[in-house]
Amino acid sequence: MILLRAAGAYNNGFQDNRIFTFAHALVGIMDKHQLFEPTEFVELLEELEFTHVVWVPDSTLGLWESAILDSKAIQLVSVCREGEAWAVAAGLHLGGSRPLVIIQCTGLFESGDALRNVLHDYQLPLYALVGYRSYLNSSSLPGDTCLTFTEPIVDAWNVESRFIDSHDKKHLFKEHYLQCQQDQKPGITLLAEGRA
Amino acid sequence: MSTPETLRVLHAARTNEVVVTTMSTAREWNELTPHPLDFVYVPSSMGQASSLGLGMALAQPDRRIVVCNGDGCTLMNLGSLASITAAAPKNLVLLVFDNEVYEITGAQGTAASRHRRSDGNSLDYAEMARACGFHSVHTIDSLPQWEQQVKQLLSEPGPVFAWLKVAPVPGGIGPRSPGPGPERARAFARALQDSSDPI
Repeated sequence: MILLRAAGAYNNGFQDNRIFTFAHALVGIMDKHQLFEPTEFVELLEELEFTHVVWVPDSTLGLWESAILDSKAIQLVSVCREGEAWAVAAGLHLGGSRPLVIIQCTGLFESGDALRNVLHDYQLPLYALVGYRSYLNSSSLPGDTCLTFTEPIVDAWNVESRFIDSHDKKHLFKEHYLQCQQDQKPGITLLAEGRA
Repeated sequence: MSTPETLRVLHAARTNEVVVTTMSTAREWNELTPHPLDFVYVPSSMGQASSLGLGMALAQPDRRIVVCNGDGCTLMNLGSLASITAAAPKNLVLLVFDNEVYEITGAQGTAASRHRRSDGNSLDYAEMARACGFHSVHTIDSLPQWEQQVKQLLSEPGPVFAWLKVAPVPGGIGPRSPGPGPERARAFARALQDSSDPI
């Protein structure tokens, strides 16, 4: 299913054998460290009534693109840098929408001032899912300093977070988001990734 | 033309549009009669007013959103020009007030200003906007031209980009927040979501 979606997304401009090559390559990409399958994740976002995903994808999160684009309930907003994502999400929230920010931890590092502004200066209850690079597998980036800085940075920004590093913790995303909405507080789910 | 007089023209022309101001434009907008659909983006994350406006425009597609940005802010978040045209909200108007300096820090030249460039030519924001995919692009050099075009600019299909060439305000200081951010954000959100007179 995932394979077909991905192949379909890249259908335009590709010869059949190229689609096959791409899809074949994708099998290698989709490793055992992928915690949420694309349709599973998008169905969860729909259940939680998110209206927009504002994102800068990485190679793990980006696998959800086709499924998000297929959703009739969720609009994907692609931005160029992660600081933008927080500000776009803030504007969406002020206008009555329910955005989810999706970025990698490196983007979290980059976007600190934008985060500070909307979550603390304006106390907007925005929620983000942050990919935690190399947590499950750092073979392609040995010594990845994301492992050193991600959790302290989240703590430093004083945002309540949950950490998902196995399938049996996936429920934390939904539970934490709903709790944050009820309390009108911002929140972050850190999602462990296995690829750089 | 000056930023204060340019904003006074916008203020007079404005009806039920959201107006987002930041940095120097926020300082001057604070001197004018407030409106429930003003969002004085102070304190800000510098450069993010355009992205904030994009989010508002997507959430409220029947409401015109006008963002009064600076040139320094624009340079700090140039990628937002591409993000805006990718989302292509028809209701977003991005005004860039270009005084070629970081006014509130003491008027140091920006990297795009003629003062900082070896060829002595400032960068062309209108061309940047076109290259990033804006189809509606205006260059405003004088107050009479602005007075003549402002109504059209506020009503034509967006996203609209206007490059307003303004003079720096000598000794211009940083903007003052008109009140606590969280309370202002909540009041603004109520006004925006409850208002029944969209464009």
